[in-house]
Amino acid sequence: MAKHIGQQSIKFEKKISIAATASTVGTKEGEGPLGKYFDVILKDAVDGEASWEKAESKIVKDTLTLAVKKAGLTMDDIDYIFSGDLLNQGTGSAYGIRDLNRPFFGLYGACSTFGESISLGSVTIESGGASKVLVGASSHFCAAEKQFRFPLGLGTQRPLTSTWTVTGDGAAVLSKNGAPPYITGITTGKIVDFGITDANNMGAAMATAAADIILTNLKDFNITPEYYDLIITGDLGYVGKELTIELLKKEGIDISNNYTDCGIEIYDRENQDTHSGGSGCACSAVTFSAYFYNKMKKNELDRILFVPTGALMSSTSVQQGESIPGIAHAVIIENHPKGEL
Amino acid sequence: MENSAKNKELYQDMVKKASPDSHIFKDCVKAFIVGGIICCVGQFITNYLKELGLTQNDTGIYTSSVLIFISSLMTGLGLYGKLGKFAGAGSIVPITGFSNSVTSPAIEFKKEGFVTGLGAKIFIVAGPVILYGVLTSVIVGIIYYFIK
Repeated sequence: MAKHIGQQSIKFEKKISIAATASTVGTKEGEGPLGKYFDVILKDAVDGEASWEKAESKIVKDTLTLAVKKAGLTMDDIDYIFSGDLLNQGTGSAYGIRDLNRPFFGLYGACSTFGESISLGSVTIESGGASKVLVGASSHFCAAEKQFRFPLGLGTQRPLTSTWTVTGDGAAVLSKNGAPPYITGITTGKIVDFGITDANNMGAAMATAAADIILTNLKDFNITPEYYDLIITGDLGYVGKELTIELLKKEGIDISNNYTDCGIEIYDRENQDTHSGGSGCACSAVTFSAYFYNKMKKNELDRILFVPTGALMSSTSVQQGESIPGIAHAVIIENHPKGEL
Repeated sequence: MENSAKNKELYQDMVKKASPDSHIFKDCVKAFIVGGIICCVGQFITNYLKELGLTQNDTGIYTSSVLIFISSLMTGLGLYGKLGKFAGAGSIVPITGFSNSVTSPAIEFKKEGFVTGLGAKIFIVAGPVILYGVLTSVIVGIIYYFIK
């Protein structure tokens, strides 16, 4: 059975396999440096649907279905779906899976949702409550802008600290039996709020949560950053990455040599005009599902700490002057689990 | 990583250092040039209308209407957003920017219906400007009445 370790972590005893992943992205992400790794690249923002929101749900459905197919399974083999998105009341996922006819846990962890889905999916398998679960997270640039910021056609300038919401969905099939990579442990984030109120600087709002969870993970499992080939945060962007490195340095931990951020990997900063980088639930979900999963399968990476990060504010809370609560969920993914972990 | 008041303060300083500032000088130059061009276009229209024999009053109204129409059309074609990204305040401040701020939510919220979407959200950006513009003019009007 799973073992609770330290303050906020669980070590799994079963080898929970990531049997397959699937990813769908928008045009902009498809044109980015990771373009060749994605399964599906949309031709436009609506993908044949009547609205951006409907398009997001379609992407959710198609990507989840594709992940199951790639795992050589049918939807009936799936015991539970864990999925979430950024839209109000989680409609991106709810409408996306309504025809899939499987038990569903709708999650909201803002852009950390993929970490939350993987964590809860793994716990469910470890507990014996399921043998195969489907986890995923989605976001859509236009739908998110409409909900959180200004109309797309409004002629304003975005600050240099702002990030670009990734359009897409990343999904994975977790299985009780299967090939590596395996999910061997999780460290669940608590809310960390250092008083950032600028909704255009989400990297800064989330960096404290990321640094806190990385620190806790290392403490709980009694390891050093070198244990991992790579530590990968979700969507901190350039500003947030720099802050995370600095915050951990103050705690005496140097991760500058084996650390990257999905928000930095997914776009070409110079040519794609994305300012501080990518963000949104899909940012970590598609970057892991397409790029890092691929690298693990090829044994180019053996052991990673995957840390999707989220900013848990709403447009109402921001307007009321509330600061932005950050959260991050760490997932240990390994090809060759070490006994001592 | 305790979020004490002191640590929060220290973190604000770290964030300030890590966050790049906007290019104020470059942005001002671009805003000046584009804003100036929009005003020149307005002046050009005004002069043309005067040539046609319109009164000063009518010329002002027609010029505004033409600029509003051009901006609205450009918003629909997705061009004004691009101009705004380049020019910043240069394209926000003139009347064309106001037009853009009304047209863009109208387009965006059309899918939620003509009443609950477009109708309810059309002034989501421009509403405060209208409200406080009218309010200020009333206050100024009252003050003017007494000191006249």
